[in-house]
Amino acid sequence: MAGSPMQDNAQAPSFVEEVQITGHIIDSLILPKVLDLINAAGGTFKIVQITIGQTQRDPSFAVVEVGADSVEQLAEILAQISDHGAVPTAQQDCRLVAADIDTAFPEAFYSSTNQRTEIRVDGQWIEVADQEMDCGIAVDPKRQTARCVAMSDVACGMQFVVGHGGVRVFPEQRSGARQSFEFMGSSVSTEKPKGVAIRQIANQLCNSHRQGGKTLLVGGPAIVHTGSVEHVCQLLRGGFVDQLFAGNALATHDIEQALFGTSLGVHLEHGNLAEAGHEHHLRAINRIRRAGGIRQAVESGTLKSGIMYECVKNDVDFLLAGSIRDDGPLPEVITDVIEAQRAMRERIRGVTFCLMIATALHSIAVGNLLPASVKVVCVDINPSTVIKLSDRGSFQTVGLVTDVEPFLRALVLELEALQQSA
Amino acid sequence: MNPDQLNPTTHGSDAASSNPTARILMCPPDHYGIEYEINPWMNTERQADHALAVRQWEQLRATLVDAGAQIVEMQPVAGLPDLVFTANAALIYRDTAVLARFRHPQRQGEQPHDEQWLRSAGFTVRDLDEGVFFEGAGDALFCGPTLFAGYRLRSDVRGHQQIGAMFGCRVIPLELVDPYYYHLDTCFCPLAEGVAICFPAAFDDYGRRALSESVEELIPVDEEESRRFACNAVVVGRTVVTNTGCPRLHAALRTRGFEPRETPLDEFVKAGGSAKCLTLRLDGEEAASWKHATAE
Repeated sequence: MAGSPMQDNAQAPSFVEEVQITGHIIDSLILPKVLDLINAAGGTFKIVQITIGQTQRDPSFAVVEVGADSVEQLAEILAQISDHGAVPTAQQDCRLVAADIDTAFPEAFYSSTNQRTEIRVDGQWIEVADQEMDCGIAVDPKRQTARCVAMSDVACGMQFVVGHGGVRVFPEQRSGARQSFEFMGSSVSTEKPKGVAIRQIANQLCNSHRQGGKTLLVGGPAIVHTGSVEHVCQLLRGGFVDQLFAGNALATHDIEQALFGTSLGVHLEHGNLAEAGHEHHLRAINRIRRAGGIRQAVESGTLKSGIMYECVKNDVDFLLAGSIRDDGPLPEVITDVIEAQRAMRERIRGVTFCLMIATALHSIAVGNLLPASVKVVCVDINPSTVIKLSDRGSFQTVGLVTDVEPFLRALVLELEALQQSA
Repeated sequence: MNPDQLNPTTHGSDAASSNPTARILMCPPDHYGIEYEINPWMNTERQADHALAVRQWEQLRATLVDAGAQIVEMQPVAGLPDLVFTANAALIYRDTAVLARFRHPQRQGEQPHDEQWLRSAGFTVRDLDEGVFFEGAGDALFCGPTLFAGYRLRSDVRGHQQIGAMFGCRVIPLELVDPYYYHLDTCFCPLAEGVAICFPAAFDDYGRRALSESVEELIPVDEEESRRFACNAVVVGRTVVTNTGCPRLHAALRTRGFEPRETPLDEFVKAGGSAKCLTLRLDGEEAASWKHATAE
């Protein structure tokens, strides 16, 4: 093969069209031929999807995005490669098949990405709502609307897009200027200077706040263990966070600290283990359960500080999703994961900026739900959390490998400086 | 027991005699002539000698019968001079015939006659999608389990993809780059599973590579003999019938245990066809592995 796939950070071509090629395109060398032809004609290509047949009899399938600098050049390339079986996916209506059972898609369903997507129905392009990866696209042909629907929410009779025909995807990096997220393209690294990145994150957070955007904080218990509760409280009091997603652990240890001054039994002030400290988190959960919930504990004066307290006081909505290892849990924790996913899906609508701090599972769960248009900053001491998130397709993520406490401390200082200069 | 005895019909030199049902469709050349020009061989100024063409066709027929084939004839139709090239009528796969859809309007009139004959012979006739050109066994030849399929000059690659999906078989489309070799059967001929004749210059680099990776033994034909339609051969058991003037190919075939036979077909070469083009194997080509397998 003469060429190489178009890189994300390369100059984006002005005109793109997606084509699909099916058949024994590997053995017959049709796929490399098509890619070489695109290159030879001065175009660029990106393999969007490829499925290789498992046995010699199985056909393979590829979706290739062809790019060119002009409409004419693109048309010429498309004409050339069409002779070899590369057909634009867009020159046809999408194919719809009704779901025949609940909670499962029809076979060959189109599996969505987190990128902005349009589908063609009766010759008209319709924007897909609630964009989310790994979903099906449900279509209401009468109302000419389409939206992403998770497998667990499929109802018998819903019309779903099958195959790739009549579907077009708009990769995020191609739409509009890059603006303040210039560092987005950089890979995850522990060696990167953090100061500049944190300043840019503060800028973005500030802008999102001023422009009426919605900021989501996804946090893990390490926020408490590392002594960062006060920094997060400052963000909450400053109005920089509109929504909190967490598990039982963050809320539990935050409340444990508020009630006993410890996190997992360790005194945060001097680092010593408290007498019977290992019981503190259970006693904290128990006290909240006895109060009827976090909000009731705040209102009754039982809970007087911490992240959960500030959420209640500053009217910041919080959603706690449970896990199999939870103690208690706290009454607000949603223990049915499908229910939790649904609730999260509801509440990410309108989110424009997302800060994920020190939580692997919640970060990945939320990353799966967010459309690519949402800017995501993922901060974790463990590079694999950030890498995992990027590998799963949440490539709009900016990764910062660092201890959360210095990060949050610097972020709060940057935000204060920005506010003062304003 | 000798393992060969378990499977006596596959590739033995007595395959023809053990396979008396080699059935071949031919169409007498009553209305054959050069009436239009749709390939570089054709020149209406260089007309075929009709009486000689009829003698050559009869000789080919006799040669094939002698090799053990049973010839089935279809009715010639006035105004359809190329109906004589029955290879283009359809692709045969078991009892299914994928009907041709000719690229040139001059040959499209053949389709209803082909369809009628195939139906009357008991084949299930299948069409490809509207707008997809496909010229039958001229562009689609099984070698082993794989269908090798020529495209771009006459057939569309999309049609080959549809056939692959229809039969659940592996299809290797090969772009034909020389207008003199406008059908795959003018530059490629499977002889047995894993063995084929080919004229490499009729393909591009991708096609040559795909062929050499998919066919164990490719017997190359030089340009001079390719122009004599050496690749346009009819295989019946181990007998390989070609036009005259292909001595080097015949020598190569003999060393591999095949029995080459020649019969003059120059009057048909004037229209861009030769032995293979004049025949359609109805029970599956010798090299098609599905033919030797038990029905699925």
